[in-house]
Amino acid sequence: MSYILEERKKQIARVGGAVRDIDCGKVSVAGSVSQRACVFCGSRVVLYPVADALHIIHGPIGCASYTWDIRGSLSSGPELHRLSFSTDLREKDVVFGGIEKLRKSLDELIDKHSPKAAFVYSTCIVGVIGDDVESLCAQMEKEKGIPVIAVEAPGFQGSKKDGYKIACEALFKLVGTIEKPVPKYTINILGDFNLAGELWILLEYYKKMGIHVNASITGDGRVDDIRNAHNASLNVVQCSGSMIHLAKMMKEKYNVPFLRVSYFGIEDMSDALYDVAKFFKSDELMDAARKLVKEELGRLLPALSFYKQALTGKRAAIYVGGAFKAISLVKALRLIGMKTVVIGSQTGDKEDYKLIQQLCDDDTIIVDDSNPVELSAFVKETKADLFIGGVKERPIAYKIGLGFCDHNHERKEALAGYDGMLNFAKEVYATCMSPVWKFVK
Amino acid sequence: MDAIKNIPQIKKPSYVSSRNACKLCAPLGASLVFKGIEGCIPMIHGSQGCATYIRRYMISHYKEPMDIASSNFSEESTIYGGNKNFVQGIDNIRKQYSPKVMGIASTCLSETIGEDIPALIAEYKTGKEDDKTMPLFVHASTPSYQGTHMDGFHEAVLGAIKSLSKEGTKQERINLFSGFISPADIRMLKEIMNDFEIEYTLFPDYSESLDNPCWKDYHLIPEGGTPVKDIENTANAKASIEFGTVLNKGSIPGRILDKKGVLSAGEWLQDKYLIENNTVLLPTGIDASDKFFGLLEKYTGKKMPLKYALQRGRLVDSYIDSHKYVFGKKAMIYGEEDLVISLCSFLAEIGITPIIIASGGESGLLKNELVSRSLIDPDTTIVMSGADFESMRDIALEVHPDILIGNSKGYYISRELGVPLVRIGFPIHDRAGGPRQKQLCYEGTQELFDRIVNALLEYKQEHSPIGYKYM
Repeated sequence: MSYILEERKKQIARVGGAVRDIDCGKVSVAGSVSQRACVFCGSRVVLYPVADALHIIHGPIGCASYTWDIRGSLSSGPELHRLSFSTDLREKDVVFGGIEKLRKSLDELIDKHSPKAAFVYSTCIVGVIGDDVESLCAQMEKEKGIPVIAVEAPGFQGSKKDGYKIACEALFKLVGTIEKPVPKYTINILGDFNLAGELWILLEYYKKMGIHVNASITGDGRVDDIRNAHNASLNVVQCSGSMIHLAKMMKEKYNVPFLRVSYFGIEDMSDALYDVAKFFKSDELMDAARKLVKEELGRLLPALSFYKQALTGKRAAIYVGGAFKAISLVKALRLIGMKTVVIGSQTGDKEDYKLIQQLCDDDTIIVDDSNPVELSAFVKETKADLFIGGVKERPIAYKIGLGFCDHNHERKEALAGYDGMLNFAKEVYATCMSPVWKFVK
Repeated sequence: MDAIKNIPQIKKPSYVSSRNACKLCAPLGASLVFKGIEGCIPMIHGSQGCATYIRRYMISHYKEPMDIASSNFSEESTIYGGNKNFVQGIDNIRKQYSPKVMGIASTCLSETIGEDIPALIAEYKTGKEDDKTMPLFVHASTPSYQGTHMDGFHEAVLGAIKSLSKEGTKQERINLFSGFISPADIRMLKEIMNDFEIEYTLFPDYSESLDNPCWKDYHLIPEGGTPVKDIENTANAKASIEFGTVLNKGSIPGRILDKKGVLSAGEWLQDKYLIENNTVLLPTGIDASDKFFGLLEKYTGKKMPLKYALQRGRLVDSYIDSHKYVFGKKAMIYGEEDLVISLCSFLAEIGITPIIIASGGESGLLKNELVSRSLIDPDTTIVMSGADFESMRDIALEVHPDILIGNSKGYYISRELGVPLVRIGFPIHDRAGGPRQKQLCYEGTQELFDRIVNALLEYKQEHSPIGYKYM
């Protein structure tokens, strides 16, 4: 049995065990090989999909190199977000300051690419060497006539989740700076990243219902839409860990209410559409939603039954970034006959974990901010057949002969919506049923 | 074939900013070296993200578990020093992994606030002299504001040799510092050394640790790595062979510290233990491979085994069979400085002209290395040091190379140009099998040569209106 660090024991629980709150929302323990990244990462992933903005990383080169075109957030138009700009600070800059380099970089890049806004991410050492990025951004904003927003995200100042918050604050600076009229039933979509075109699936659903999407803030995002986001009637928030802060601020300042939804799995996807219809108190919208769900299920359920038959009884381990996604996955797995035996997340909060405890079967292991030592031991102990996770979890699963479903941010298969549920079933089936495992078992 | 004229006259605006960097940060190189020490786990002294990003980047290439710990700096550590996190980090790693060796790399953050890692290590060990499970420590100073991942790599190689080499009885053995190469190439080099029946230390050897078979249970520290005993014995070898001529030499722009005295691992051993050092190109191509095998013949007093003579013969034969398909083609090659130099040496043998040679490295030595070895014609070749991918793209759109050779990050340029990309080196994030690719010695050159030939043949066939069945 592998070693569980003393400091981490309260971050692990078993459903049906001594009931208690899981310790969460803490910084990772030194030496634990956490699967989390850092504050900078949190801010970068949220802002990344704003496709017509310039994203420049002020700091030494690593942070820019490792995040170049890292996410599968697709754009239907400009693709400036897929380029990796950095001031690439050197020792001289560290000693004498990097602000001039940043000024020149912003000057040349804004002139070349004519972005609608610029996000300037400061990494670990920028604060330490005393660069006043905020003032420079204010100056550049005046000079260039576009919003230039400082995203002060030194990696050490908290955890990835704090980075989400910083990104929300950066976005909030844009919100409310343009006034454009919007149609009657207008929503913003927050927290869908348009991975593998998932947003476009959702847009189709909302369009069929007669709902207008004003700003898709974190997927196929556009600066002007975000600036006008306060004119929507409702914020529909997925991946609540990353975007709930923006939703709350918009509620407070602009009185835009919000709903938490998930687009993974049939139940959650359908609830999302119903909840939006309910919010607008419109029979017309509700009828359209019912019709859409009926049609989609009419197609989907017969297609799923094949997979359910094949996969029933198999056991899954889930370890993903956000707990809300994990919860949806438990339900989606049930739909194809599978049981969750391990569930964890990098950034879940107390409420999420409570919900997980209610939802999951007895003895399911629940873990916050886990690491390879624990995860590999948990999947072994629970005899999981499948692991659902991101890039860093994949080799843990494969190395010890487990199937794996990529629920990461560079995936090429859409997993959201009804079509996404079918893709999910297909991917789980492909990995569980592959003949290759006979050579390792 | 188009005449290639006046290419270096093409001037593009230069940028202050880095646009799609063609380099990674120093702690990545150091982590890789630490993975090549048996029983070692790396720890990065800095923010959590450094370790996680590097793990993720390396996993996408090696497709292997990649446990790299972090001391996970907090605001408090940044203000008051990271000692507490350093100690807690090491304690926790020891509890979980029981490593024999710990490799510690610094970061931009820990270096900027002035963390003294040797002092932190010494302090950690103080009062624990009787602790039998105390790991050995190796460290590398790797602020990412100094140089690239290759500087981190060589810094860690030197760091390991400095702290682990141990003088004893002289032995009939060779040190082979093989540089940043693929696990498959490392395995091949070991086979060559074994076939020459000579004792050797190949360092760093991540051929198993980053390319393992499946396991029944998770192995916290993967098998493989250069045994510590072998690293100790580098002090007792009769000669060292280093692949790469740039290594950690040269100036690094923006560097203030006087690093004139900086040595490679081979030079350091020569300095300290009078071990003859040989610096050769990464052996891709026949000439460079001949030089390497020549050194092995010299130090073993044995002739090259027939197996390799035959490989060489087949390689020459295949050069001839396919020479027309490659001759006169213009290539853009990019990647680490030592990699592109060895590629130039190889391409010169087969009549491909590198018209753009680019590296994110900035030793200041690249052009001189190429010209002084007569590997390029400076009038027809653009050599870009400290280059990023957008600068390469700007030039490539002007001079339109026929083929790109480099890591997978240049794919978007080859796609835009509509020309083939032969993926080599690190990273290869969009294809399977990067760690199993070979490009060294006769056998690896054969593999690379065939890939280049086939890429060009495929391009021609795909663009032919006929759809022919013979070459």
